[in-house]
Amino acid sequence: MARVVVDPIPRIEGHLRIEVEIENGKVKDAWSSGTLFRGLEIILQGRDPRDAHLITQRSCGVCTLVHSLASVRAVEDALKITVPPNARIVRNLTHAAQNMHDHPVHFYQLCALDWVDVVSALKADPKKTADLSAAVSGRPQPKKYYEELKGKLKAFVDSGQLGPFANAYWGHPAYKLPPEANLMAVGHYLDNLRQQVHAAQMTAIWGAKNPHLQGHLPGGVTVLEQLNADRISEYLYKLKNQIAFIEEVYIPDVLAVAKFYKGWTKIGGNKNFLAYGDFPESEKEPESFYFPRGIIMDGKLQLVQVDPKKITEDVTHSWYENSEPLHPSVGVTKPLSGDALKGAIPDTKAKDGKYTWMKAPRYDGKAMEVGPLAQCLVSYVGGNKEIKDTVDGVLKKLEVGPEALFSTIGRIGARAIKCLINAKIAEKWTMDLIENIKKGDTKTFTSYKLDESTNGMGMGLNDVARGSLGHWVNIEKGKIKNYQQVVPSTWNLGPTDGKGQKGPVENALIGTPVADPKKPLEILRTVHSFDPCIACAVHVIDPKTNEVYKFRVS
Amino acid sequence: MDTSFDVPERLALRGVTRRDFMKFCGLMAAILGLPMSMAPKIAHAVAKKRPTVVWLHFAECTGCTESFIRTTYPWAADIILDTIDLAYHETVMAAAGDQAEEVLEKTVKDNKGKYICIAEGAIPTKDNGAYGRIHGKTFMEIAKDVCGNAAATICVGNCACSGGVQAAKPNPTEAKSVSAVIGKGTVNIEGCPPNADNMVATVVHYLLLGKLPACDDLGRPLFAYGYLIHDNCPRRGHFENDEFVKEFGDEGALKGWCLYKVGCKGPETYNNCPIIKWNQGTNWPIGAGHPCIGCSQPKFWDEMSPFYVQK
Repeated sequence: MARVVVDPIPRIEGHLRIEVEIENGKVKDAWSSGTLFRGLEIILQGRDPRDAHLITQRSCGVCTLVHSLASVRAVEDALKITVPPNARIVRNLTHAAQNMHDHPVHFYQLCALDWVDVVSALKADPKKTADLSAAVSGRPQPKKYYEELKGKLKAFVDSGQLGPFANAYWGHPAYKLPPEANLMAVGHYLDNLRQQVHAAQMTAIWGAKNPHLQGHLPGGVTVLEQLNADRISEYLYKLKNQIAFIEEVYIPDVLAVAKFYKGWTKIGGNKNFLAYGDFPESEKEPESFYFPRGIIMDGKLQLVQVDPKKITEDVTHSWYENSEPLHPSVGVTKPLSGDALKGAIPDTKAKDGKYTWMKAPRYDGKAMEVGPLAQCLVSYVGGNKEIKDTVDGVLKKLEVGPEALFSTIGRIGARAIKCLINAKIAEKWTMDLIENIKKGDTKTFTSYKLDESTNGMGMGLNDVARGSLGHWVNIEKGKIKNYQQVVPSTWNLGPTDGKGQKGPVENALIGTPVADPKKPLEILRTVHSFDPCIACAVHVIDPKTNEVYKFRVS
Repeated sequence: MDTSFDVPERLALRGVTRRDFMKFCGLMAAILGLPMSMAPKIAHAVAKKRPTVVWLHFAECTGCTESFIRTTYPWAADIILDTIDLAYHETVMAAAGDQAEEVLEKTVKDNKGKYICIAEGAIPTKDNGAYGRIHGKTFMEIAKDVCGNAAATICVGNCACSGGVQAAKPNPTEAKSVSAVIGKGTVNIEGCPPNADNMVATVVHYLLLGKLPACDDLGRPLFAYGYLIHDNCPRRGHFENDEFVKEFGDEGALKGWCLYKVGCKGPETYNNCPIIKWNQGTNWPIGAGHPCIGCSQPKFWDEMSPFYVQK
């Protein structure tokens, strides 16, 4: 039996350590550790509630914007503010653009190198690569292009300065793509580095800049002077350009990877999924969400309703003082520090060993996977026709059944499908915005009172690039008394709980074949398929006061 | 091994024309405040060397890396593959775990005193730095080793430069700037995040002139941080004319008036946002009707907040 530690896990946001035990060439057990603690929620206490979205947005600069969105919604819920339709649409357009940026960047820049062997691309035949691209890609390139690309790659490798490609698992037996597919993918890796710049501009049209947008605040959005035909047409132009990239490059590449790695439709799956749902199409939430709210239990394709009261958090294996699993509204957070913390060195061997700064969120006592796969599954059974038709079409093309979705490849495929559907519906929302303005409605902000007499509790449930994101705020005398974030990567990458139930990533890793424990490429595949984003996944603690947090969850 | 690559030729192979390349050099000259006649020299400086760069991530959100890859002159891929040797960068590197650690150790050993270290993120110091570890080592240990042995350390973003959001009151992990932990001065490209153009311009300055750019007393390059936002703000005229947004969504907001009374920190903030804007000139905060929050000033999370109130 071999113990393997992968630390750092590269190509993610944040600091993640994965440890596995390997027996007979397969993962027998796994432990996921967040190795950084920042404490933003403590910092929020006592501040102006309107500032919270600026601070929480700094939870993550990769999924930038989404914590801002969650925060303004939580504060609006607390202050009973309804934003004008234009603000709702502008937020949807910005959020959709963020997904259009984030998902292709995840596929090409963060996870592709687990499936694409860059060094193997040097053996590609440019003519055959051109033929392959004509057969599978919506943007075929000629032989000359691939000759040049191969030449560039060779010159780079020959330079001996391999930069970010040095010392990777190239030549690993688990790489299955032919050299030509690898060369084509290298081209698209570089293409998306350029494409993502344009996608980010879409968010900056409405949100000033990217990363870390400045266009939201409780009450609506700040854009008003620029809510004009010029900016809308700019967004629409860039949107069409991005949709074309998703349809012609991203989706075909994901399908190609899925075809060559069909074995991975049987590896890395989970059975329980949670999606808060998102993209309100009217004032009614969550009823009007374009991607609906719901739960999938035990791998059964039927919709279960979400009851946020059933959320608890467990700290058995986290660097906090032990307590029973508790609902966030009565959660007790007593972090270890000083001698008791023992330097925060992960202990995965002792029965009750502590090994992470993340807590273990549970729904009805069960670990739940969140993210685009959860969103797709819930939308599939929850009446989103576009998702259902697209998922069915992809499954048919790959000649696999719906069970293939519950896998590492299923997770990567669902992300691409959700990205495409989200992009297409953004066209309709842009038209809705134009119609509103045509009618003479330019309102983007609802005014409200916030002073020393203001009290309230609010919750903002969102479904963002990496999954279900919840913010809870308690406002007292016009200031933040308490703030809580329960984020997607805590759901996915949280540890084992007191009952011994593994977190979703840990569970998904069990059974994964590992050909060479010294080069655990297969582990990266499943971990990356979750699109980990760790900086925000580390739970709130207050090392000084050990305060009891009280939140109403309705 | 011949290290004197012809960058324009290699860029041409990558689909970047000589014209594009010269345009980049011209843009860099403009940002750096150099005469345009310097552009050919920039081209030469970039072409001549391919220096080793180690990019570290500490307590941060990766927003600075994300900002960096928004550069277009040159594109991020061209910088990473053709201009510098980016030996270590957790968000883009292919290598993982032990193999990644090997790269870092070897790079520091083989290039001692010669590589540039770019640092993103603050360093928690409470409990001997237990709140942040990579490969078992605390950020404090990593910073002392890797930044300590570099030719120069360039801090990107408010966290590395001055502690950032995790160092805001009550600073639960006693997070500090990189400079405070390593006990050495650093070049500080401030902002949350900094603009990609300012990051690239600093590196180009180093390659061109063989030294780091002139900085203010906070370590911020003067070419970018020598200007008050307020002095270059296109809404400045409204400030002078007493035309203010008094509440978001009001008539002043519709007309694009001055945001001072809803909290704009432009009068206290040094940065070139109004000049170069963001995302290839797409927009910038005041353009989108949002006040400046002062993100390129140290301790802005405490000293500039509440953000929607003028103190």
